[in-house]
Amino acid sequence: MNQFDYRKLWLYMLLVGFAVFYLMPVYVLLATGLKSLKDVSVSTMWLLPTHPSFEGFEGAVKKLGPNLKNSFMLVIPATLISAFLGSINGYVFSKVRFKGDNVVFALILFGMFIPYQSILFPLIRFLQWVGLYNTIGGLILTHVVYGIPITTLIFRNYYMEVPDELVEAAHIDGAGLFGVYWRVLMPLSIPAFVVVVIWQFTNIWNEFLFAVTVTSSPVKQPITVALVNLAGSQVVQWNMQMAGALLTALPPLLIYIFLGKYFIRGLLAGSVKG
Amino acid sequence: MVKVTLQEVTKRFGKTTAVNRISVEIEKGEFIVLLGPSGCGKTTLLRCISGLEKVTEGRILFNEGDVTNLPPKDRNISMVFQNYAVWPHLKVKDNIGFPLKIKKKPTQEIETKVKWASEMLGITELLDRYPHQLSGGQRQRVAVARAIVMEPEVLLMDEPLSNLDALLRVKMRSEIKKLQESLKVTTIYVTHDQVEAMTMGDRIAVLKDGKLQQIGGSNEIYHKPTNLFVAGFIGSPQMNFINVEVKEEENILIVATSGLEIPLPPAIPIKKSEYILGIRPEDIHIKELPNSTRVTGEIYFVEALRSDTVLHVNTDFGKLVVKIPGDFDAKEGENISLYIDNSKIHLFEKESELSIL
Repeated sequence: MNQFDYRKLWLYMLLVGFAVFYLMPVYVLLATGLKSLKDVSVSTMWLLPTHPSFEGFEGAVKKLGPNLKNSFMLVIPATLISAFLGSINGYVFSKVRFKGDNVVFALILFGMFIPYQSILFPLIRFLQWVGLYNTIGGLILTHVVYGIPITTLIFRNYYMEVPDELVEAAHIDGAGLFGVYWRVLMPLSIPAFVVVVIWQFTNIWNEFLFAVTVTSSPVKQPITVALVNLAGSQVVQWNMQMAGALLTALPPLLIYIFLGKYFIRGLLAGSVKG
Repeated sequence: MVKVTLQEVTKRFGKTTAVNRISVEIEKGEFIVLLGPSGCGKTTLLRCISGLEKVTEGRILFNEGDVTNLPPKDRNISMVFQNYAVWPHLKVKDNIGFPLKIKKKPTQEIETKVKWASEMLGITELLDRYPHQLSGGQRQRVAVARAIVMEPEVLLMDEPLSNLDALLRVKMRSEIKKLQESLKVTTIYVTHDQVEAMTMGDRIAVLKDGKLQQIGGSNEIYHKPTNLFVAGFIGSPQMNFINVEVKEEENILIVATSGLEIPLPPAIPIKKSEYILGIRPEDIHIKELPNSTRVTGEIYFVEALRSDTVLHVNTDFGKLVVKIPGDFDAKEGENISLYIDNSKIHLFEKESELSIL
């Protein structure tokens, strides 16, 4: 009995150790963000602020506010549209089936392995051509298209676990192709939607390369790009940068905190019979 | 109520033929059972009738209308699945009302019909529950209620009872049969369980390897099987089969093998010499009766079911299984005399396996 407890103790100490190590940067972000500019120095980096000040956060909100809004304008529609398209695709590839569907599915999955960098030039040319260059709309389109493979995969795997009879019963009872989707599959796939929303939200929010290339003017840029631009300006305002970084990291963090349990449940859904 | 006509219905998956040229006429209001071992094509045939599978060749008619190429939703049918297929995100009442809602019926009508269907199945108190709050038997009732709520012209059932426990299965058997009788809906019921088939079906269609073996009432299927397969598939314990020769002695045909000679009724068309004799376990008796043939053997196994007793007896021409009603005190290893009822024997051609008696 005693032996068992010791093992548990060691395990928890190890876990706490990892957690501390992992959270150290966050501590520095928070501590520095709450200092006034004159208190910030490398020698006192690890110390808590002696005179806490919101100067850094105020500056960050003022400078990054519009970009924060841009990020939301980008990430919300892009996430919802790609989740919706993914679920429609998943439905078709799991329950509708057509000749050659496996080949098409494989080709779609292949899209996951195309590096962002390799398509930058054609992407920019295309967006200029359709008049979406330097707009949030252009970024939304890019992320929606780039999200199709992964969202399709997640939904298809989820729907494969849904018994065919649930779909067939609906067909017999009079539902058509879309009736089955709206009335049966979509309501059943809330866990898959949560997984996809978290995944896409985080990815699109944190994405930098597309954001910096597609949106060139600062007023159009999402917060990730603006944060980097903050670093480049004249004197390095450490406290404001740290506060800005925290601000930038906050939305995905909140999504995880609020939807996290559904995320785990969603990943496991279907693997265990209910 | 419609009459369902299958004309040479064939379904192939790639190179395998799941359903092979099946033609059946199912009368209005009839309860027909498709019976066969797993893989015989019975479920595929049902799915062809439902429209969930496209037939490769042949036609399916509802009355005079050709439905061969209609999608399921335009056939005015309903179906009960083996695994219930009730939708987990909908309450019982919404599950039952689903077909009506899809067809955009007024709310008032949906309510009335859902109430009617749930009363028929005795599940009115479950209407506000979700499927995960129900037992297997209750879910099956919901599935049946959903199937009858539209008052379909054809009701299809795919092994609806095989996931239920034995007691419940017996109960639901009679309930479904009574329900069908009161609704008078043309019903096609798939099962591999011969007891279900015998007790529920007005007629039984026995299938094997995608082919129709025999169709008829339980009496006909049991007493006049058309071939060796049907004879062996129907009945428990299975019919005894003995390889025999047919010879003519003093103008009487007899079947014979070592230690056994049974005279045949006249006017049997005999061509070749090799045959298989069939005799059901209950047609072998332990008391002498007129027009019977005596054989002797040694009891090597006794199944005392108390309602009846099944003896496995080793004889000169192989093992015979004998079923005698009630308790019978028999010891393994004992010698016993058996009397085969000559009037109850079946005879099958060895090559074609077709019945000639």
